[in-house]
Amino acid sequence: MLCDQCKERDAVVHLTQIVENAVTQLHLCEQCAAERGVETTIATPKHPLGDFLKAVQQQAMVPSAEATRCAACGMSLKDFRATGRLGCARCYGTFQVSLRELLRRVHGSATHAGRSYNGPQPAPWQRANSVRELHDRLKRAIDTEAFEEAATIRDELRGME
Amino acid sequence: MSLDLALLPDGGVGWLDGSGETPDIVLSTRVRLARNVEGFAFTTRARDGERLRVLAQVREAATLIPSLHDAVTVRVDELADIDRLLLHERHLVSKELAGLDAQHPLRAGAAVLVGRDVSVMVNEEDHIRLQALVAGFAPERAWEAALALDRELGTRVPFSFDSEFGFLTACPTNTGTGMRASVLIHLPGLVLTKEISKVLAGLQQMGLTYRGLYGEGSEVVGNFFQISNQTTLGRSEDELLDHLTRVVRHVVEREAEARRVLLRDAGYIIEDKVWRAFATLRHARMLSFDEAMNLLSGVRLAVGLKLITGLSVYTLNKLLIFSQPAHLERLEGRTLSESEGLLARARYVRQMLAAEAPLAG
Repeated sequence: MLCDQCKERDAVVHLTQIVENAVTQLHLCEQCAAERGVETTIATPKHPLGDFLKAVQQQAMVPSAEATRCAACGMSLKDFRATGRLGCARCYGTFQVSLRELLRRVHGSATHAGRSYNGPQPAPWQRANSVRELHDRLKRAIDTEAFEEAATIRDELRGME
Repeated sequence: MSLDLALLPDGGVGWLDGSGETPDIVLSTRVRLARNVEGFAFTTRARDGERLRVLAQVREAATLIPSLHDAVTVRVDELADIDRLLLHERHLVSKELAGLDAQHPLRAGAAVLVGRDVSVMVNEEDHIRLQALVAGFAPERAWEAALALDRELGTRVPFSFDSEFGFLTACPTNTGTGMRASVLIHLPGLVLTKEISKVLAGLQQMGLTYRGLYGEGSEVVGNFFQISNQTTLGRSEDELLDHLTRVVRHVVEREAEARRVLLRDAGYIIEDKVWRAFATLRHARMLSFDEAMNLLSGVRLAVGLKLITGLSVYTLNKLLIFSQPAHLERLEGRTLSESEGLLARARYVRQMLAAEAPLAG
């Protein structure tokens, strides 16, 4: 049975509520139950980072996830598990699948809802330089068959052009 | 390099002045924003050269930012141990930035820019930890100051930002807004009426968290708590701030209520307790930091309840900061052994009370 809330994960908590004499049944997965403040028998650590690292540990047990390294800084999930800190901004892209799940556990959401940010407006000559540089990097990435990086650079270029 | 505290705007502790809303209960309000500079590995993974370049970028940008026009840049990595501890005691740098944390040795490029009400830690866990720290309960004022600085800095230094995840931080517990809003709050009433554990448990259920006087990992002493938002992602800065404001207001009301109850049901016991605390502070010859904190907590309660008059919250705040170990060593101009520290603290407290509250009673 799927969770009534997220409709993604299996429901493991079955909640019977009586509101104004009407009985309703709610089937929730562990995470949605926790988000609603329903206490389950599955103990969840209080400290957010503890919770987080535990989840990383589970993720890291998958061999492919363990082997992945951030192309920019060389960080692996194993390193992250040891320090609790990511290596660079690119790690968010590299580990995005694991991170979404983990952020949801820590914050109850994995999507930013705060201020947006555009960054400094570069001077025209800086722009031209960086477009050229990105084209060079894209070429290098394709030559070395670093397709993931190439895709990132391509997106960046699209944004700029 | 030695540190000249007189150069720091307001000594870096303008928030001590005891102004603002409910200063006897809420000492200060802080909003900090975690940011990283695009193009560099995060601090702990960066090379020395990268960290120094981050610092150079921030310093250059700071010269053009109004709220940092009179800021002083302190190269924490070049300071002697005692001066780093001093900055930490003034809440201007974290234990990690000061290299006082065994897990995180002092890093090249560790620095802090100290302005009036605002400061910027560079090369802490994140490249940039900017904060506004103001007296009393003033979340909006602190937020406005932090936001203005963030906007100014963000137009000159490129921050790592992603439309899905928000501001990208080294630790995913800060991802999103990167914002931690906190109040330093004194809750002796709730501690004495034993209501505190319920209140603290309630905070956690409401997505807030508490720590001791020095933030993360520090113990609660002298009934001082730091209450802050736990999560940073999925809600806007305004929502997080509103939520904290509402809950803290409620805690302040609970504390005021607890104080009324104490006075009503055990007035003479409370009076005896606080007067004994005051007498000890005025006359003791040796004081440990923890003891001084606890006694100051009692006297602060008495000032709040107007049981003791002629003693300002400002004086109490100064005692809280300046009676710490590094401050005493600086005052005495030499390294102090443990027992010398106890003597120096008691002497400092006696002199301060005699000078600033001669008629207190």
